[in-house]
Amino acid sequence: MAQIILDRLVAQFQSGEIEQIGSQHGNEWARVRRDAWRTVAAFLRDDPTTDMKMPIDLTAVDRLTRAPRFDVVLHLYSVTKKHRVRLYAGVPEDDCALDSLVSVWPGLDWFEREAYDLYGVRFKGHPDLRRILMYPEFVGHPLRKDYPKEKRQPLIRRSGLPGTPE
Amino acid sequence: MGLEIYNSTVQAAVNWARKFSLFQYPFVTACCGMEFMSTAAPKYDLARFGAEFPRFSPRQADLLVIVGTVTERQAPALRRIYDQMCEPKWVIAFGVCASTGGFYQNYSTVPGCDQIIPVDVYIPGCPPRPEQVLDALVLLQERIQRGEGHSQITLKAEAGHDVPLTAIRPRDPKPTGEAAPPARPAKP
Repeated sequence: MAQIILDRLVAQFQSGEIEQIGSQHGNEWARVRRDAWRTVAAFLRDDPTTDMKMPIDLTAVDRLTRAPRFDVVLHLYSVTKKHRVRLYAGVPEDDCALDSLVSVWPGLDWFEREAYDLYGVRFKGHPDLRRILMYPEFVGHPLRKDYPKEKRQPLIRRSGLPGTPE
Repeated sequence: MGLEIYNSTVQAAVNWARKFSLFQYPFVTACCGMEFMSTAAPKYDLARFGAEFPRFSPRQADLLVIVGTVTERQAPALRRIYDQMCEPKWVIAFGVCASTGGFYQNYSTVPGCDQIIPVDVYIPGCPPRPEQVLDALVLLQERIQRGEGHSQITLKAEAGHDVPLTAIRPRDPKPTGEAAPPARPAKP
């Protein structure tokens, strides 16, 4: 369906920036080397054949036992060509950072803040990388698979609830 | 003795007036709000019970209706709204999310808004039917008449009156000729 995008990527980046490509259920995806993340994204936006002017979504996936542990997932759409592609970048736990794409698509600002808030992936070059959903007092990143399911970090509770010590 | 009778009679009249003139503050956070609107609209007509005015300032309201999920991040705002309301005041938890957290058992949701503020009436359901809401309102009116809302009890206790610890009772039992409830223990 959008094989032309993958062909363009493979033709353009020939020194290992595109680690893997694939197609499933008519959706094309490519796994991008971490240091080429921003270059590949800018190429897809500016190349007239691909013309990916519209980022649909950016989020992260925690694979926990796999190395690298996290995947950052980017969905792109071309309004003129009406085709889509999905990009992955693996992010290891010990250096949990990736280039920010806010300079490529300013609309990704809050998406990257969300991925940072919930998964702890730091986006280098983001203009304002703060938590967006959780409160500033929150410790940790709740959508990581090793965040305890029952853990609460309440901001306020009544004192003297029935059944609870003062 | 005469003064007490006078006081209790006046109090009953005041409570009667209060229960038919509830000014509600709808704290609507989620999908239950649709059901709340339905209840307030003419088909179910909350106005029949004298609670038709939603006031969007806590200063003007005496009934806080928490409609929907309360997140940990919202909890301080909810507490503040409750503190800003003038006493006596009452709280209804509308739907399971407000009552217990519902199916959200996770890092972000308060497991029941009674962790934050005292709640007088809980409405189960996801979302509740409008009939349940009206039922809860009638239940609350009975509590107001008896003077057993949380803030009413607190006010009484602060004024030095003897108040029962188990103030939460079910509906008034139907008169079936049962024995009277045991007398309240005398004040030490």
